[in-house]
Amino acid sequence: MSAKILTGTHYMLGDHACGEGAIAAGCRFFAGYPITPSTEIAEWISARFPKFGGVFIQMEDELASMAAIVGASCGGLKSMTATSGPGMSLMLENMGLAVMLEVPCVIVNVQRGAPSTGLPTLVGQGDIMQAKWGSHGDYEIVAYSPASCQEMFDLTILAFNTAEIYRIPVVILTDEAVGHLREKVVIPDESEIEVVNRKKPNVPPEEYLPYLPDDDLVPRMALAGEGYFVHMTGLTHDERGYPNITAEAHERLVRRLIDKIQKNKDKIIKYEEVQTDDAEILLISYGITARSSLKAVHILRKEGIKAGLFRLITIWPFPYEKIEELSRRVSLIVVSEINSGQVRGEVLKALKRDLPVIGVNKLGGDLITPQEIVEKIKEYLKIRV
Amino acid sequence: MEVQVKKEIKHRLSKWIREDRWPHIWCSGCGLGIAMNTMLYAFEELNIDPKEVAIVSGIGCTGRVAGYVKVDSYHTTHGRPVPFAIGLKVAKPEMKVIIFSGDGDIIAIGGNHFIHAARRNFDLICICVNNFNYGMTGGQFGPTTPYKAKTTTTPYGNFEYPFNLPYLAASAGATFVARWTCLHTYYLRQSIKKALKRKGFSFIEIISPCPTGFGRPNKIGEGLDEMRYYKEKSIIKNGIDPKDAELSLMGGNIIVGEFVEIDKPSYLEILMENNERIRRAEI
Repeated sequence: MSAKILTGTHYMLGDHACGEGAIAAGCRFFAGYPITPSTEIAEWISARFPKFGGVFIQMEDELASMAAIVGASCGGLKSMTATSGPGMSLMLENMGLAVMLEVPCVIVNVQRGAPSTGLPTLVGQGDIMQAKWGSHGDYEIVAYSPASCQEMFDLTILAFNTAEIYRIPVVILTDEAVGHLREKVVIPDESEIEVVNRKKPNVPPEEYLPYLPDDDLVPRMALAGEGYFVHMTGLTHDERGYPNITAEAHERLVRRLIDKIQKNKDKIIKYEEVQTDDAEILLISYGITARSSLKAVHILRKEGIKAGLFRLITIWPFPYEKIEELSRRVSLIVVSEINSGQVRGEVLKALKRDLPVIGVNKLGGDLITPQEIVEKIKEYLKIRV
Repeated sequence: MEVQVKKEIKHRLSKWIREDRWPHIWCSGCGLGIAMNTMLYAFEELNIDPKEVAIVSGIGCTGRVAGYVKVDSYHTTHGRPVPFAIGLKVAKPEMKVIIFSGDGDIIAIGGNHFIHAARRNFDLICICVNNFNYGMTGGQFGPTTPYKAKTTTTPYGNFEYPFNLPYLAASAGATFVARWTCLHTYYLRQSIKKALKRKGFSFIEIISPCPTGFGRPNKIGEGLDEMRYYKEKSIIKNGIDPKDAELSLMGGNIIVGEFVEIDKPSYLEILMENNERIRRAEI
């Protein structure tokens, strides 16, 4: 008899919900290094994994943690690590390896105030750009931003499925506030949870080309020990997986790594809209700050101001087209985030007309309150009048 | 008239080699071919199925071995083959996971992972080819470069002290530690075979000539000259305390042999036992 996931209704810590979500998604290898405010994920997994036959290993640092999960995934184990800003910085090189080798895995970044050691115990949302641009070179990534403990569970499962479908590292860009929040989490029966696994080779070893993509641009993955004798290298490689240090091979490979996400982005991108239909003011936010933005919408509506919320669930790939479409109907966009305006910059990139986009920003350590968002909007409206 | 059928001549090791990757990138006189070849003979003599072997390497000349051997092989990032191999071994405990990389990769940038894998007595075979310099980048000094040796970044002579790798491995907790040169292919093969048959962390240092990167600036000569030095100055001292395992290319001795062989439960043995106990308590 094997252990079962915690089906039922719980009052649960966000970090713990993330850990349980990983188990529900089939994750059976976790390599990590303690770092506030992500440590509770490792603690949860270290207690739960043995019952499921999973392996938790506390590594000597985050470089090792990231390398180990890529290695384990090459052997067929669904793998995850969890960290915060300083650890994320150390993981980026091997996240790039996972991108290049096309190895599915999940990285949780419970963001805190930064840069450097910053505010270890306090909230931040400043690693948005790092996830997309932090590892060297051009690549596409998928990053989710949970705004509740329930989403810590649900999006962790989705992150694993996405990683398996596209053979990519997927980042869960959560924050200290959600990670340390305790609220209701409903865990369904195991049979109701959709779990997706990577595509296996459909030809014998002598015909197998490890990096020959299917129509969806994703190649089929042979695991170690299956007799396919794969060679994987972080060097630019051809369909055989062999190094090919030419501009042509590089263009072909990196273009496909970008396209496999970009061309499937309609399937990947997730967001939530609240009262955007008739909104004149569009609030954009994500993670814990989206909850303040939602409350701000309610306050503004009560006062007769037509506000709506667009909540990013996927941050990467960024929903430029959707935001452009919404921007045609509004007269003001307000982006609230606990950084100096990282997503605001992406919103500006999305627009095709001149439209005011104001930011409500704090640099870390404190949540943005609904009142602060409301005041900033009113102040702006007053100036304009 | 007799019809002559041209028979394709296959090398005994050809099933282990990705022949479509030939020729290799290594310089003439380099010891890497011998080191790789000796490992493949060890596989062959133990009648190992290539499906059971995985090779993990990092970056550098030695790191290229992973690309030439026809087994599941992973050419990872600089310094990280050890943790990558740890993940792979957890996923595939039945496979023989071998780290085959250089001194710069395993000991300099990857040194922390190396000592921790040894401390854990993690079930891996770590073969480190030591050529005393960074060959791939053109011959810079590293943590194994002898005192006073000249490299492109120590043009006036190296003033850092080098690591003694077997001593480092043994102190950190490796349960099998050996050192051979590229000349000692018989003994090296026996040590690799021994490592392939045991659990826990096995470390084998292979001293290799690098005539291009290290031999030339230090006037050691060609690869063959360095091999001659190995022949004259190597002393086999099995079982000695590795801290006394002298290594000199500047007139002193090269102490080789199997220095450590300890029976101690391995990481995976303990882990599996613990997990089983926890699972049983649950039911």
